[in-house]
Amino acid sequence: MGSTVMRTQRATAGLALIVLAAAAVAFPLVFSSPVITNYAVYALIFVAVVSAWNVFSGFSGYISLGHAVFFGSGAYTVGIAARDWHVNGVSVFALLPVAAAVGAVIAVPFGLVALRVRRHTFIVITIAVFFIFQLMAANFSFTGGSVGVAAPFLPWNPTSFNDHFYYITLGCAVVAIVIAVLVRRSRFGLQLRAIRDDEDRARGLGVRTMKVKLTAFVLSATVSGLVGGVWFLYLTQVQPPSGYDPLFDLSLVLMAFLGGLGTIIGPVLGALIIEPGQLYLTIRYTSGYLSEILLGALFLLVALFVPRGIVPTVGEWVKRLRTRGRPAVEAVPAPATASPPEATGAPASEARR
Amino acid sequence: MARQIYQAIADGILVGGVYALMAVGLTLIFGVLDIINIAQGVLVILGAYLSYELSVRLHLDLFLGLLITVPAMFVIGVVIQWAFIRRLRGRERTSMTLLVTYAVALIVEGILYEIYGANPKQLNASYVQSSVHVLGFYLSDIYLYGFVLAVAIVVALYAVLYRSTFGRSVRATMQDETAARLIGIDVNRVAAITFGLGIAVTAAGGMVFGATNTFNPNSGYDLISRLLAIIILGGLGSIGGALVASVFMLTVESLVDIWSPEWAIVVFYAALVVVLVVRPTGFFGRQPVRAQ
Repeated sequence: MGSTVMRTQRATAGLALIVLAAAAVAFPLVFSSPVITNYAVYALIFVAVVSAWNVFSGFSGYISLGHAVFFGSGAYTVGIAARDWHVNGVSVFALLPVAAAVGAVIAVPFGLVALRVRRHTFIVITIAVFFIFQLMAANFSFTGGSVGVAAPFLPWNPTSFNDHFYYITLGCAVVAIVIAVLVRRSRFGLQLRAIRDDEDRARGLGVRTMKVKLTAFVLSATVSGLVGGVWFLYLTQVQPPSGYDPLFDLSLVLMAFLGGLGTIIGPVLGALIIEPGQLYLTIRYTSGYLSEILLGALFLLVALFVPRGIVPTVGEWVKRLRTRGRPAVEAVPAPATASPPEATGAPASEARR
Repeated sequence: MARQIYQAIADGILVGGVYALMAVGLTLIFGVLDIINIAQGVLVILGAYLSYELSVRLHLDLFLGLLITVPAMFVIGVVIQWAFIRRLRGRERTSMTLLVTYAVALIVEGILYEIYGANPKQLNASYVQSSVHVLGFYLSDIYLYGFVLAVAIVVALYAVLYRSTFGRSVRATMQDETAARLIGIDVNRVAAITFGLGIAVTAAGGMVFGATNTFNPNSGYDLISRLLAIIILGGLGSIGGALVASVFMLTVESLVDIWSPEWAIVVFYAALVVVLVVRPTGFFGRQPVRAQ
């Protein structure tokens, strides 16, 4: 009996996934306006990055405020490589693996230093490293100083420019989500969550914590660097304050918390809600600082009213609705003397307590 | 050359005193409430704007104005703690408090932008421009006064913490919150007052900062990252450590500044990373940071 339920559930989930995929692919065909696809591209960029962030921070509980280091470095890598190696046109996309590799290479020493400490101190070290990178980008000459770097010209029709990037960022987002799912289901993901729950005990049980944390950190950085490269090609320029933006890291944290830290769908949902909202506010109120105040207010609301995130909270509601009038635990088969018709009905509410 | 180095050290020590004024509040809040108050930087700037308002509109002396701004900031601190931070509990408290204090920072910054705009301001008084000539060094008056103020405030905080009943309950809460609650300490009250004190101290720091630097609502971010580096280096929760680390970091920055002003701030953060690799507890850490 249970297996039929499970099979129908799995079929529904599969069907929903197919519908979702079709909708995602058809989106730019239906909404062809560049204004709307612009929102979609940014949202997908953040879906990809926040999923990558979640693989490390959400699963391990180490909140990183330094992922802009990988994102920005990925952006700079593509820009500098294209400039110095004279890469033009569509072939700049061949540089994206280099951006990913640079993200990974930076993450190794960064992680080796930062992952020695925990909690607050880890957060502060990621902030410090973030500022070191921002300042280096502004001070070195090969990064173009405060002027930054511009992307080579892409020979695409302006009307379809956004559509190309829509599919590229969609690809990135899918890859990032698939990585998150695979990690979560693996032994490696279980080790990460063991570290989140109690690192000392995890170590006592034989988890090689440093290796596991560092692997997740590097994996997360690799994807972030790659997406940073895509972001740069879309925006066509990067300066130190835009590539290494402190608001970027805090947005990631907010997205993950709003949706549900450590879940797969949560951060994705958070990105889809917050990034378009943020973009809308900055476009709508260009002169004022109302968007900033509203963003702050949203932070407060999330922290005070949905502290565990949308996905876990809604999940609990659904569970409560489903189990209403039914025992949460299957009743133990009653002794033969008990009258069977009472199995459903009045006693259920008692069983729930 | 040697002369330049001595002057840089003297400057570093004095500026370090000003940073200590801001960092002490942050480390005190961490010690008692176990949270990192990201809003501290913006609240320093808010303190500077309050002083600006008093000196420009009411022509009040900057140091005299502190008699108004310090209590005002105390009230603001207590309100923030009572309204937002008190409610946070559970496993994700560390990250949630980060979010909440960051939200407060964003809101305060946005409001300051709406009122004052982005143009940089600076506090002015007769002693801001003048300097004294001691043993062949030129020392700016405002930095000297600021340093004296910093030392006075740190001494006063020590006196409160180690010579009063309230201070004893604060230290008890720092050591073990559950045990403190069990012996009848009103932990919520201690937390609210400590948060208020930590913010009140920044009013003084903000005034001296505003008199020695130009500031706009955005200046808080640069400040908070430096302050965080300082309190980690000093050992989280250690007031003396914050004082020493401020002086150390600012002296290092001031020395590097002789050769290259651009790289001075990078060295500032790099110093933090290097020290933590060698000594994860910071200078005066009570317990290993990695054990927390």
